[in-house]
Amino acid sequence: MSIQAIIIATVVIAAVGLFIGIFLGVAGVKFEVEVDEKAVAIREELPGANCGGCGFAGCDALAEAIANGTAAVNACPVCSEEVHNKIAEIMGVEAEEGVKMVAFVKCAGTCEKAKEKYTYTGVTNCEMAAAMAGGGPKGCSYGCLGYGSCVAACPFDAIHVVDGVAVVDEQACKACSKCIAACPKNLIELVPASSECRVECNSKDKGKDVNAVCSVGCIGCGICEKQCPKQAITVVDNVAHIDYEKCTSCGICAAKCPKKCITINAKAKKIMEVDAKKKAEAAAKAKEAAAAKAAAKAAEDAAKETTAE
Amino acid sequence: MGNLIIIAVGSALVSNVVLSQFLGICPFLGVSKKVDTAAGMGAAVIFVITLASAITIVIYQFIMVPLGVEYLQTIVFILVIAALVQFVEMFLKKSMPSLYNALGIYLPLITTNCAVLGVALTNVQENYNIIESIVNGFATSVGFTISIVILAGIREKTEYNDFPMAFRGTAIVMVTASLMAIAFFGFSGII
Repeated sequence: MSIQAIIIATVVIAAVGLFIGIFLGVAGVKFEVEVDEKAVAIREELPGANCGGCGFAGCDALAEAIANGTAAVNACPVCSEEVHNKIAEIMGVEAEEGVKMVAFVKCAGTCEKAKEKYTYTGVTNCEMAAAMAGGGPKGCSYGCLGYGSCVAACPFDAIHVVDGVAVVDEQACKACSKCIAACPKNLIELVPASSECRVECNSKDKGKDVNAVCSVGCIGCGICEKQCPKQAITVVDNVAHIDYEKCTSCGICAAKCPKKCITINAKAKKIMEVDAKKKAEAAAKAKEAAAAKAAAKAAEDAAKETTAE
Repeated sequence: MGNLIIIAVGSALVSNVVLSQFLGICPFLGVSKKVDTAAGMGAAVIFVITLASAITIVIYQFIMVPLGVEYLQTIVFILVIAALVQFVEMFLKKSMPSLYNALGIYLPLITTNCAVLGVALTNVQENYNIIESIVNGFATSVGFTISIVILAGIREKTEYNDFPMAFRGTAIVMVTASLMAIAFFGFSGII
């Protein structure tokens, strides 16, 4: 190898590099796409998980939509209030107060409370289990199968199977709706995080059938419907539905529910305590009355005996 | 014409770029989780390899051979392909946003993909002329697309299978890929 060859090689590569550099530089200017600065700034604020919870194809698409005004500044369900305010600042508008929603699994039929129809030993996945005869091994064909398809779908580790039923960790839940799409039983829905009374059942079976397979299933008796002071509860298809816009979380429905399938909050507990006390008092009174009656009868009998003598 | 068909079948099936030449394994394993994305990747590869083999063979025949610097082929091809992909990305972004959205995310992945460079070097090695090179590039990338889509299909089917712990993830993909390679070995009798 001579010096000349080295020089030729260097010159060729340098020339190629120079040409490509200039070419790409020119092309870069010529083909520059005007990107909205706002969209870039908003994209920086968004979490970048591309979860699709907003209904757009990802964080980039949402940023663009917000920037050109087709989406609200708080359209990202995952971001905190703080981030929404920052995005609002970028857009120069006030962020509307959004209600924080969380996913909620409408089933409380844990291993001991709900019966199994048969033992399932297939793939541990809800879609597969739901495709089995009778809609899966669970006695209730509407209930949570507990094979964790929602757990696998959750990008935020906010849903876990506890005791055979999926439970949402409300602190971690970002309401991205991934689990809702994953559940073959359509058991999960978004509810306001502030709501305290929720119907923990989705069974559309008649009361007798529900009782046969689950001890905490809604039998559609309508007591809650009648007791609710705000008319927020309606029983449709043998299962109670709560209208969260009307509900004030007073707890009356939960306290009066004979199957205890509405979430019991502090207020409901108090009502139940009061009820229990009243019941106990009534029972005590009845007992007293009975005792008094018995005593009176005994006295009468004694009096009768004396007169006979 | 017969020659071109032999080249096409040969590089698409018989000496499949992934399954018998072991080039482009990275996207083959990485982007084969879903059939949709695998098909997108395949389309991007077809686009880039066909273009790259055309450009590199022209550069080789009309610039490097006259200058007597054939031994610089590897480094020059890397430079040219990287620049080409970069340029294609810019061009698509500007003039065909829909195609860019479909292929865009895969393009940077292919920039320095060994399959692209491999095809360019094979063209030179086999002394293909320009037409033959383009056909070879196209057929090779079609072969890549076939194998990645098949693998993605198998992976989708076996996603819920209960593999032993040690086989989960990449391990079972490698086993699947090797079985596919054995199956493609059956094509070796064609030519």
